[in-house]
Amino acid sequence: MKSKDQKIFTVISHVAMILVTICAVLPFLLVFISSITEENTLVLNGYSFFPEKLSLYAYEYIIMNGDKIFRAYGITIFVTVVGTSVNVMMSSMLAYGLSLPKLPGRRFFSFYVVFTLLFNGGLVPTYLTYTSIFNVKNTIFALIIPTFLMHTMNVLLMKTYYSGNIPVELLEAAEIDGASQFKIYGNIILPLGKPIMVTMALFSGLSYWNDWTNGLYYLTGYEGEKLYSIQNFLNKVVTDIQYLNSSQVGANSDILAKLPTVSVRMAIAFVAMIPILILFPLLQKYFSKGISMGAVKG
Amino acid sequence: MRAKRKTGKFRWRKWIPIFIMMAPGLIYLFINNYIPIFGLVIAFKKLDFQAGIWASPWVGLSNFTYLFKTPDAMVITRNTILYNLAFISINTCLSLAFAIFINDMKNKLCKKIYQSAVLLPYLMSIVIISYIVFALLSPDKGMINNSILEPLGKEPVSWYMEPGYWPLILIIVNAWKGVGYNCLVFIAGIAGIDPGYYEAAQLDGATKWQQIRFITLPCLKTTIITLTLLNVGRIFYSDFGLFYQVPMNSGALFDVTNTIDTYVYRSLLQLGNVGMASAAGFYQSLVGFTLIMICNFIVRKVDRDSALF
Repeated sequence: MKSKDQKIFTVISHVAMILVTICAVLPFLLVFISSITEENTLVLNGYSFFPEKLSLYAYEYIIMNGDKIFRAYGITIFVTVVGTSVNVMMSSMLAYGLSLPKLPGRRFFSFYVVFTLLFNGGLVPTYLTYTSIFNVKNTIFALIIPTFLMHTMNVLLMKTYYSGNIPVELLEAAEIDGASQFKIYGNIILPLGKPIMVTMALFSGLSYWNDWTNGLYYLTGYEGEKLYSIQNFLNKVVTDIQYLNSSQVGANSDILAKLPTVSVRMAIAFVAMIPILILFPLLQKYFSKGISMGAVKG
Repeated sequence: MRAKRKTGKFRWRKWIPIFIMMAPGLIYLFINNYIPIFGLVIAFKKLDFQAGIWASPWVGLSNFTYLFKTPDAMVITRNTILYNLAFISINTCLSLAFAIFINDMKNKLCKKIYQSAVLLPYLMSIVIISYIVFALLSPDKGMINNSILEPLGKEPVSWYMEPGYWPLILIIVNAWKGVGYNCLVFIAGIAGIDPGYYEAAQLDGATKWQQIRFITLPCLKTTIITLTLLNVGRIFYSDFGLFYQVPMNSGALFDVTNTIDTYVYRSLLQLGNVGMASAAGFYQSLVGFTLIMICNFIVRKVDRDSALF
């Protein structure tokens, strides 16, 4: 039997969580509704959940004139796929090595990896390293290599997973059977480590998909604009609008004519969210998994 | 003797493939993390782009003297620390409350829906979030001005020009975006509590509040402390996107939106003042490192497994 007290608490929890759910979800609905609002209605009445007139103009515009948008979308997909694959492979190989208890120099390597979590050079030397030593500026590598190609935290999570879930006897048995280390990695570690690999791939994919900072730092001018990811493209539109608002030129028609209208902007934003919305159930499942595996520190 | 040497050699041969597999990761960390750490010396130099980092002339502490003479140094330190303190306390309380609410529900579907909803904003890019904030706050088209203030007969506010509102706005946006993740952490923590405790408490006639106060919170104590300490360790770092993108880089708001990270970015890439940027960056790295070490030291005492090392 439920006590009265318990009932009141349940009611309060539901009311609170329904409000929270509304607050969390409605803003995304606003993006979608604005994208299908007729442009004049938007300009006159502003953003609204109940627009007077709807129109699919924004999506038609993207399909008809969206070379730049498609290009940016393609670049985001490319960067996400390549970056995530390299990230997961590189991290898992490093983690596997670190997870072996008898690895010569294990303490040194662990320290070498963990230290990157504690001490960080920050933006200035990182920027100078990538631009003056590795010349990634205005190349596709600028979006893939800096910062996101490996997350130390993920390496440590994988290491913990391997040492906890892969029996040492299995590795020893394979060794006695004469399997090479590469074979052991390919035939034992990869299949047995699949759950953690998938989790890490989703984490990494998400951070590539949402990243706009690498493009902001390393892509400049006309050359760089050609490599904009979808997030950089969205960011650029905002910067242009601000430039127009701040400059006294006002009707700088050249830039103005090229700017996507409000509904088109919202449509691009919505299109950029779609993959995350589609993958959401997966993402949620693996986020919970990742947390129970110890991603608290993330 | 001979046999021993042979096994020694054999062992090394065995490890070579492992080292080959570890190499790409180790090299990447060297490029992405270690070279920049050495590059921090730039804070004590005057960068000569022609000569490169190493050949640039030394200038001692003059970059730092300039930086700490400006009022900016004080403002960015204050903003970074105060915002982080606000974020840590508010996000922890909210996510803890939501986790307790969600966990208490019997209905599986409701649980799932609520859990999904709080996580959704966490997964979106800050650029899209800044679009949403702009849809709400835009001075002429924004929902707050048009659909809330106007019907109430109040004057519209030029949100992006009024610094007074921004501490609150940033705290709300950050909570909206970040609570979901912490909430999942606490839900995982609550799921680990032995249900027997609650059954016994109910038999003894404990109220719901008493159960939270004397079972849930004490059991989560370690998780809460660990999470808080790890966040406190990062108190000298800020979310660049939140402070740069969400206020739309608006100059009128710099006094309340400028943090160390946005300051370093603007000095380096918008104003081209490498000296100031590198001094501020060095300051952040050094103090940040000290704080992380202190907090990690305490975490080790509280919960050995949660410590970074």
